[in-house]
Amino acid sequence: MSSVLRVLVEPGFLANGPVRTALVTGTVVAVVSGVIGVLTVVRGQSFAGHALSDISATGGSGALLVGAAPIVGFVGIGVVAAGAMELIGLRRPRARDLATGVVLGASLGLAALFLYLDSTASTSTGVSATVLFGSPFAISATTVPAVVVLGAASLSLVLAVWRPLLLATLSDDLARARGVRVRAVGAAYLLALSFGVSMSALMIGALLGTALLIGPAAAAVRLARRPLAAAGVAAAIGLGATWAGVLLAYDSFYWPPAGRGWPVSFFIVALVFIAYLVADRWSSARSRRPSRG
Amino acid sequence: MVLRPVEAALSGLSAVFSSFMTNTWIVASVVAVVVGAVGFFTVLRGSAFAAHAIPQGAFAGAAGAVLLGTSTLLGLGVFAVAGALGIGWLGRRARRDVATALGFVLMLAVGALLLSMSQGYEPEIDALLFGQVLGVGSYEVLPTAALGLASVLALILLYRPLVLASVLPDLAGSRGVSALWTEIAFLVVVGLATAMTVPVVGASLMFSLMIAPAGAARSLTDRPGRALLCSSAISLAVVWASIAGSYASNWPVGFFVGTIGVVVYGLSRAAAARRHRGLQPGAPQLAERSA
Repeated sequence: MSSVLRVLVEPGFLANGPVRTALVTGTVVAVVSGVIGVLTVVRGQSFAGHALSDISATGGSGALLVGAAPIVGFVGIGVVAAGAMELIGLRRPRARDLATGVVLGASLGLAALFLYLDSTASTSTGVSATVLFGSPFAISATTVPAVVVLGAASLSLVLAVWRPLLLATLSDDLARARGVRVRAVGAAYLLALSFGVSMSALMIGALLGTALLIGPAAAAVRLARRPLAAAGVAAAIGLGATWAGVLLAYDSFYWPPAGRGWPVSFFIVALVFIAYLVADRWSSARSRRPSRG
Repeated sequence: MVLRPVEAALSGLSAVFSSFMTNTWIVASVVAVVVGAVGFFTVLRGSAFAAHAIPQGAFAGAAGAVLLGTSTLLGLGVFAVAGALGIGWLGRRARRDVATALGFVLMLAVGALLLSMSQGYEPEIDALLFGQVLGVGSYEVLPTAALGLASVLALILLYRPLVLASVLPDLAGSRGVSALWTEIAFLVVVGLATAMTVPVVGASLMFSLMIAPAGAARSLTDRPGRALLCSSAISLAVVWASIAGSYASNWPVGFFVGTIGVVVYGLSRAAAARRHRGLQPGAPQLAERSA
C-alpha cells in the first residue's frame, strides 16, 4: 500500500511550499465555486459567470496600470459589471444573453487597451497568456486573507438567499406570490457570483475559475436530487479534481516532451470534464432503468 | 498657423489610405460584413456565449499549429470546427450554456497544454488575441476572402431554417427542421468565420464585433432580412472607424471596436425606447414578440 502511494505521490509533495499554497487556495475556491455553481447552472447563467471572471481580469490589468492593488480592480469592476448586467439585463434569457455579451465585449476592448498601456509602461511579457488562462497558483501569500474573506462573504450571501432564490429560479410568479422580492434576490445572487468569481479569477485565473464554477455543478445536478445535496456534491467534485490535478501536475515534472511539467489547469479541467461525462452517463442509465420495469 | 492641425489631419488621412494599408481595408471590410451577418444569427439565437467561446477556444489550434509547424489558419480552423461540433454534441443532453462552458474550458485547457509544450510564442498570441489589423499581408487576402465566401454561402443556405428555428422553434420542429442539426450547422459557420477572422483582427475583437452591431440592428428593426443587412452595415462602420482611430492613436484596434460598439448599441437602444414610447405608452416592446 505504502509503495503504491510512493509511486502516486512523488516524495516531497506535501513538503513543497507552492504545492501547499495551491492546495489551500484550491480548496477555498473549489468549495465556494461548487456551491455558487449549482445555482449558476440551475439558473442558466453560465455565460454571466464566465463573463464576470473575464471582466474582473480586465479590472486587474486596470489596477496594475494605475498602481492600485489588484484585488481592488478585480472586485471593483466585477461588482460594477454585475450591476450593469442587472440594469440592462431583462428577464428574458435571450435579452440577458445579449446584455452579458455587450458588457463583456466592452470589457474585452478595455482589456486590450490596458494591456497595451501596461506593456508600453513596463517590459512585462506574458500578459496575454494571463488574460487567456489567468495565472493559476501565482498568488502571493499577502492576498490570501482578503481572498478568504471574499469567499466567505460570497458563500454566506448565497446561503442567506438560498431558498427564495431557488423558488424564484423555479417560478418567478410563484415566488412573487409568496412575497419574495425577486429582483432583489436576483441582484444579491449576482453580487455573490461576482465576489466568488473575481476571487477565483484572482487566485486561479479565468479558465480554471470557469471550469470549477460550471463543471462540478453540472455533474452534481445530474447526481443529486436536492439542491443543497447537489451543492455538497459539487464542492466535493471540485475538491477532488483540484487536489488530484495539483498532484498530477507535480508528478508530471519529468513527463515528455519538455521535462517542465504539464500545466495544472489542464489536469484540473480534464478531471472536471471526465467527472461530468461519468455523471452524465450514470444519470442517463438511471433514468432509463425504471421505464423498463 | 491655424491651418497646421488641419494639414496634419489631412496628411494623416491620406496615410490611412496609402498603398500598404490597402490589404487592411479589404480584409477588414470582408471580415466586418461576414461577422456582422453571423452576429445577427448569434443574437437572434441567444448564442453569445458560443460566439465568445469558439474564437477564444480556437487558440488551442493556433498553439497546436505552432507546435507541429503547420499553418496557423489550419490549426485555428480545425479547432474552431471541432470545438463547434463538440459544443453541439454536449448540448444534446445539457443546457446550452453549460455545454458551451464545458467545451470552452476544455479547449482552453488543451491550449494551455500545447502552449506549455511550445516555446517562444508570446507575440503571436498577443496578435491572435487583440489582432494586428494594421499589418495585414497580401497573402492573407485570399484565404480570408475564400472563407468569407464559404460562410456567406452557408448562411444563405441556412437562412430560412435558422430564422425559423430561432424565432418559432415549435413550428420549425413540426416542419421537420431539427433543432440539434440547426444548432450544429450554425456553430460550424461560427467556426468558419472564426478561422477567417481571428488571424486578422483577433479573438476578442471578433466577439465584440459579433454582438454589439447585431444587438443594435435588432433594436432598430424587427424584420430579419433588414436587421441582417443593418448588422453588417453597422459592423462595417464600426470597423472602419476603429481602424482610423487605431491608426491615428496607435492604440489597439480592439479597444476602439469594443468602445464604439457599445456606444452604437446604447444609442440604438435609446432610439428604440424613444420610438416605442412615442408610439404607444405602456405597450409591450415590439422586440418582445420574437423572443
